Amino acid sequence: MELVTSVVAWFTDPANWSGSNGVPTRIWEHVVLSGIAMAIALAIGLPAGLAIGHTGRWVRVSTAVAGLGRAVPSYALLILSVGYLGLGFASALPALVVLAVPPILVNTSTAIRDVDRDIVEAGRAMGMSGVTVLREVEIPPALPVMAAGVRVATLQVIATATLAALVAGGGLGRYIVDGFALQEYERMVAGALLVGGLALLTERAFTIIARRRGEPRNVAWTPAIGGAE
Amino acid sequence: MIRWDVISGNLPLIGQKLVEHVLLTVTAVGIGLVLSFLAVLAIRRWRGLAGPITGIAGVIYTIPSLALLAFLVPITHLSFTTAEIALVGYTLLILIRNLLAGLDAVPLDALEAADAMGYGSTRRLWQVELPLALPVIAAGVRIAVVTTIGLVMVTAMIGEGGLGQVMLRGYNFRNDTLVLTGFVLTVALGIGADLALSWASRRITPWAAGRN
Repeated sequence: MELVTSVVAWFTDPANWSGSNGVPTRIWEHVVLSGIAMAIALAIGLPAGLAIGHTGRWVRVSTAVAGLGRAVPSYALLILSVGYLGLGFASALPALVVLAVPPILVNTSTAIRDVDRDIVEAGRAMGMSGVTVLREVEIPPALPVMAAGVRVATLQVIATATLAALVAGGGLGRYIVDGFALQEYERMVAGALLVGGLALLTERAFTIIARRRGEPRNVAWTPAIGGAE
Repeated sequence: MIRWDVISGNLPLIGQKLVEHVLLTVTAVGIGLVLSFLAVLAIRRWRGLAGPITGIAGVIYTIPSLALLAFLVPITHLSFTTAEIALVGYTLLILIRNLLAGLDAVPLDALEAADAMGYGSTRRLWQVELPLALPVIAAGVRIAVVTTIGLVMVTAMIGEGGLGQVMLRGYNFRNDTLVLTGFVLTVALGIGADLALSWASRRITPWAAGRN
């Protein structure tokens, strides 16, 4: 109970809402870090996924690479990055990008691959170029699965950006790491609530968009490393 | 840059942390599997529970691990229990989803055949449905195991963490060799566990071979 009161007190203290360690600044840092990581991951994952799905080449290689990416713990990569990039914002990026690329890449390439081949052939027979086939025929039906990949990637990046605080990046993880180090549990719990809230809000946003578009939910997950059964 | 003397000097520590890592993972996935199975039994009994249960599991899954640990520490303190509560929490969504998907995909013919042969619902579940759902369930277990092996690292923050401790120690003492050793072993553990489980799953469900 005491903790609840002190957490409420933390949230109502105006000092925690302004300055470089204020809530708005920390949220902004968290969103910017996640945004940059997602932009890089999309720039890698989408073109690669589209090319692999469209041509049907490198499928096994990409699955293997994506599986490897999933097996690399973000925490481990974060600490490894510090050795090469030093303390700071930049050290958090490799871990976040490695985390985000696999779901984007795998979902994009398999979704494109799963488009009915007869329709693709029909498009070709009508004289469409490769790019037109991709844009007009393959991407539209693949979009829900591609979007699901982006959603998973975004949520994982937001969650993991919290760890950036361990390597002296900013973001909401700062409250958790600092609160933990200083034994200020109210700050730690406040940080936990803020990150949890941000993640859940993002999840809701994606769900609402998906529902608007009438997309299905609840599909079984398949492993990536040893190959799906 | 790798100093082999550091590795050989710390071999007992590395071995101990590796064992701890496996123990944390196996405990979490084991408890997670039991809880998920109970949840799925409840869902089969009362269909209306499907939404709320997967919803709650989804919310837990969305909470960042560092945040969840931070939240638990004031309640359960720095302990194995704290680490396990968080780790188990993250396995639930994966396991429940695949248990449900696997059981839902059992062919109706098989169910009707079992009913016609006079199987009761419990016997039908254990002898017909679960074996047929096994490949999908095993796929869920594999994802849960690989995910948990990664998440165990984060629990180094609260004094657990298995190989995460090796990396953290390397980080604190500016010892690149320890950092790299922890990193390589964790990745190898994840890949190794996935391949081993994939092999085991194919061995115990030979009838599923070639189906895709």
